[in-house]
Amino acid sequence: MSGVSDAPRQQQAAPAGEPVEVVRVVVPRRSARSELRAIKVVWRRELIRFVNDRMRIVTTLVQPFLFLFVLGGGLQQLASAGTHGVNLKTFLFPGILCMAVMFTAMFSAASIVWDREFGFLREMMVAPVRRSSIVIGKCLGGATVAAFQGVIVLAIAGLVHVPYDIGLILGVLGLQLLLAFAITAFGLAVAIRIKQMQSFMGVMQMIVMPMFFISGAMFPANGLPRWLTVLNRLDPLAYAVDPMRRLVFSKLAISPAARHVLDPGLTWWGWHVPAVLEAGVVFALGVVLLLVAIWEFSATD
Amino acid sequence: MSQIRTQDPDQPAIAVSKLVKRFGDFEAVRGVEFEVAQAEVFGFLGPNGAGKSTTINMLCTLLKPSSGSARVAGYDVVRERDDVRRHIGLVFQDPTLDGYLTAAQNLQLHAELYGVPSALVAPRMRQVLEMVGLWDRKDGPVASFSGGMRRRLEIARGLMHSPRVLFLDEPTIGLDPQTRRSIWGYIRELQQREEITIFMTTHYMDEAEWCDRIAIMDQGQIVALDSPEALKAGVGKDRVTIQTDDNEEAISALREHFGVDARVSEGAVSFGVAGGEQFVPRLFAELGLPIRGVSVSRPTLDDVFMAFTGSTIRDAEEDPSKHRNRVMLQMMGGRR
Repeated sequence: MSGVSDAPRQQQAAPAGEPVEVVRVVVPRRSARSELRAIKVVWRRELIRFVNDRMRIVTTLVQPFLFLFVLGGGLQQLASAGTHGVNLKTFLFPGILCMAVMFTAMFSAASIVWDREFGFLREMMVAPVRRSSIVIGKCLGGATVAAFQGVIVLAIAGLVHVPYDIGLILGVLGLQLLLAFAITAFGLAVAIRIKQMQSFMGVMQMIVMPMFFISGAMFPANGLPRWLTVLNRLDPLAYAVDPMRRLVFSKLAISPAARHVLDPGLTWWGWHVPAVLEAGVVFALGVVLLLVAIWEFSATD
Repeated sequence: MSQIRTQDPDQPAIAVSKLVKRFGDFEAVRGVEFEVAQAEVFGFLGPNGAGKSTTINMLCTLLKPSSGSARVAGYDVVRERDDVRRHIGLVFQDPTLDGYLTAAQNLQLHAELYGVPSALVAPRMRQVLEMVGLWDRKDGPVASFSGGMRRRLEIARGLMHSPRVLFLDEPTIGLDPQTRRSIWGYIRELQQREEITIFMTTHYMDEAEWCDRIAIMDQGQIVALDSPEALKAGVGKDRVTIQTDDNEEAISALREHFGVDARVSEGAVSFGVAGGEQFVPRLFAELGLPIRGVSVSRPTLDDVFMAFTGSTIRDAEEDPSKHRNRVMLQMMGGRR
């Protein structure tokens, strides 16, 4: 009798499936490899969150599509005389490619404010890794997500009469990645100082919208009033919009006259800035802002 | 597989010497000294603003001490910060989970951040999740978890990398009594199974009884440190609670006839006195007021706290003049 009742009792003492041995872990010392791994972990978290949050993928597409189809479609009637027969939506497309990336990148950077508000930042900050690894991971993660968003916009190129050319696609991708990186770094440098989401959104509204409008994403950047020309040349986003437009226009079958008006290229005191240098400006700015973000983050408690 | 460089068993898990933290010219922690043995459950007790969180933040390398030193798991918290971090687990007062991720993803992320060897991640995850009873919820998004489940998950996460010292800052705050009890069950089980040192803060007196030893902290200093039993024995007084029709009159009568200081607590008059059971007959004979009910209990940690600080925890938290420090601390971000 006792043998029968013993069996279940023994099973209870060691619940099914529970390993008898305690699984012990030894955390390795910090090394270059552990820092790389930390960057990867933070990066991947951004991606997982992005994929899990389908609403965000949709909502961040609303604005670029509004600008492209509603504003572009509506203004077409007014603009047809000035665009030499080129559809306004086609003209706007490169700017919209930049816009989609820009807004997503800013939103990605905002996640560090969320993380602080919801406490997760602390979990990362007490881990045996460098603060810089966390910032770099955040930046790369945000940039990847933003570039992905850009790809979705790129996919509709056919709707606005832009050909699906392999060189064009690769070039746009590269520029989008570059822009996404620089804007995320910029967003992080701002966001690290900010403790509340509301303030961050306010600051972003104040910075992002002017930057977008001044960049020339919505109009050719020549023949502008003097003050606007100065602001345009100071706007980092202009150096992403211009090569993007050059790239797209180089694949369009349009008259040289139209091209000259719509895609004049950026000039410094009359000198045409080469696309490579423009891309370089964006990259250098991204690196500097990333360093600022790292420095700021390391200085906080 | 599991070679672990064990610490010399005679060495304390935590050794703190003359630890001081100043915020501006306010001293939040004023020369604290204590040692915690390995595999001990050590409780830090005191009202909000007593300096508990500031001390814990210095021990887990989140705050730099103004002066003094502390060693955790054999490493200096300032000079060997990363080594300390590799050997401690943390459960904060405020939640630090990623609500967008599932329970398993949160643990996975933590394991990778700490560099847990990938072959050990899955078995270890299962072990810690089973311990806190969340194994069957591992693929549920954390956003859908209740407060108690989240706290349990945080404890599981803090254990993923087999820390030698687990810091719990108010682990049961804001939880219902049943969940609090089950969390204490996990903590005791953990301490036995993994021989881990547990350092925790609380301001629930009843919870402190679960600890092997308690340090009572008030206004930045440790005012008492011993086992709960020894502390209670040290008070030497029993707690007598009486129900009367007029509490105010009873309090003044008690002072007049017996020279004891009583106060009203939860609608009844309560006071401490040596040999409580022998005191009750005298009370009925000499008080001169009708008594409707009486109870005598052994001293609680509340009485201990009272004996050492002159106020109850709750009073200490409610008295703004004595503890204006708390507000200052928060203003200076001392709780972060």
